[in-house]
Amino acid sequence: MLYAILCYHDEDFVGSWSKDQDETVMKKLAVVQEGLAKQGRLGPVARLLPTTAAATLRKEDPPLVLDGPYAETKEQLLGFYIVDCKNLDDALDVARDLGAANPGGAYEVRPVGVFSPGGNLK
Amino acid sequence: MSEADTAWIETALTSARPQAVGALLRYFRDLDTAEEAFQNACLRALKTWPQNGPPRDPAAWLIMVGRNVAIDEVRRTRKQQPLPEDDQAISDLDDAEGALAERLDGSHYRDDILRLMFICCHPGLPATQQIALALRIVCGLTVKQIARAFLVSEAAMEQRITRAKAKVAEAGTPFETPGAVERSERLAVVAAMIYLIFNEGYSASGDTAEIRKPLCEEAIRLARLLLRLFQSEPEIMGLTALILLQHARSASRFAADGSLILLDDQDRSLWNGTMIAEGLALIDKAIRHRRSGPYQIQAAIAALHARASTPEETDWAQIDLLYGALEVVQPSPVVTLNRAVAVSKVRGPQAALDLIEPLAPKLANYFHFYGVRGAFLMQLGRNDEARIAFDRAIALANTSAEAAHIRMHLDRLIRDSQPKGANGGARQDAKVEGAKVK
Repeated sequence: MLYAILCYHDEDFVGSWSKDQDETVMKKLAVVQEGLAKQGRLGPVARLLPTTAAATLRKEDPPLVLDGPYAETKEQLLGFYIVDCKNLDDALDVARDLGAANPGGAYEVRPVGVFSPGGNLK
Repeated sequence: MSEADTAWIETALTSARPQAVGALLRYFRDLDTAEEAFQNACLRALKTWPQNGPPRDPAAWLIMVGRNVAIDEVRRTRKQQPLPEDDQAISDLDDAEGALAERLDGSHYRDDILRLMFICCHPGLPATQQIALALRIVCGLTVKQIARAFLVSEAAMEQRITRAKAKVAEAGTPFETPGAVERSERLAVVAAMIYLIFNEGYSASGDTAEIRKPLCEEAIRLARLLLRLFQSEPEIMGLTALILLQHARSASRFAADGSLILLDDQDRSLWNGTMIAEGLALIDKAIRHRRSGPYQIQAAIAALHARASTPEETDWAQIDLLYGALEVVQPSPVVTLNRAVAVSKVRGPQAALDLIEPLAPKLANYFHFYGVRGAFLMQLGRNDEARIAFDRAIALANTSAEAAHIRMHLDRLIRDSQPKGANGGARQDAKVEGAKVK
């Protein structure tokens, strides 16, 4: 089963990291990612631009485009992982490892129904 | 407790600051009291967070603790004084935190921060004081940091900020929640202040650029914050896009010796791709609203430069049109001067010169006017006139980097005009920096 691991955090907090702090987190996350990649369990990884760059398409008739992220919450979706896990416990373990490298915030763990690896992406 | 651990606490305090100080200001209606309350709350946080872990909502925690500490202070010093309403002394922080966080709903948060920023850009204050006050109160930079950025002594900066605070207190800014009209007026003033902070950092010369970089970074942080509060305001998108696109080039703007590198000569591989991507995404979003304004137009110009992977690919015809639009919404001789650079690329130096000649009386003391004029004259082979223009530019230069840059043109002019055959005149290599944020 593939699991999406969604990274949530307070944008104010992450946005006030210095370049060094940001790089430190990224390096620690890379270590976890390398381990998974060696086992052939790591799919695409993405870090998203700030929610201010987001637009939401509401599926009304005609569709309505709104500024901003889907929902206004204290913590925003900053990126996600696609990881091959046996079950929820396994996926939570991966999320815990990632969490240890990245203080605060939360990960949403959710099974993936349809998966497209986007092999043509550059 | 290692240093790395406390760094995260400091980051949390920084990010909670605008909201917390804004709420405390609404409560106490006095900048000094609000700031002191916040500082006291931060001290408590540094003591208790490492043991208890950070609270679920740091801003709510800081607001409540700041309020309680300040109220205790009032109790101690003025025993008879009646307390402000809604001052239930809350002893169990954990229980109260959730309830308080609930009360801090989105609109309060937005108005608190807007009010805080608005108070700092009080129209009675000169621009430099507005910026200094905002950096101190909203961003929480220390007086020492601000003094360094402005290249003045700490004492002078302290005095400047104190004076600004006194003026704000005197003016008795209304603390009521702003209405829709008032809010949009305030938003424009606040946006202008963020633009000023950015320019203060951006227009630094090579030797001071590194020192002033934090001003640009704070401006970006504030713009993003403001945009998050007003997600559908195209001009705030435009402003954020503009400063991101400009700042994306910061690593390539100065040579090792501190001299200015013009757009055409910059190493584009040093441009910050992530910032450019964010800026382009924002300006694309803004344009969909079909409510253009000066920030959006300037951002669109910056976007055209950012999109060109080589100088030759720059769409100067489009930039010319955008400057034309900017002249309509924000007529200014400086805008026309910038437009002339695009005109020179599209229709040649004579057309550009014709465009700027009428500006001479208005820009008689403006460094860039003579730099640009000299460059056009040089391209036309009118070297003697070009030399006079460059001399004047050097005399008016604000920074050593600006002067050095013009001197480089002048040296080339002198070198090229030595008799050495028929084609001695300088050719098309006089360049001027287009789309400068100013």
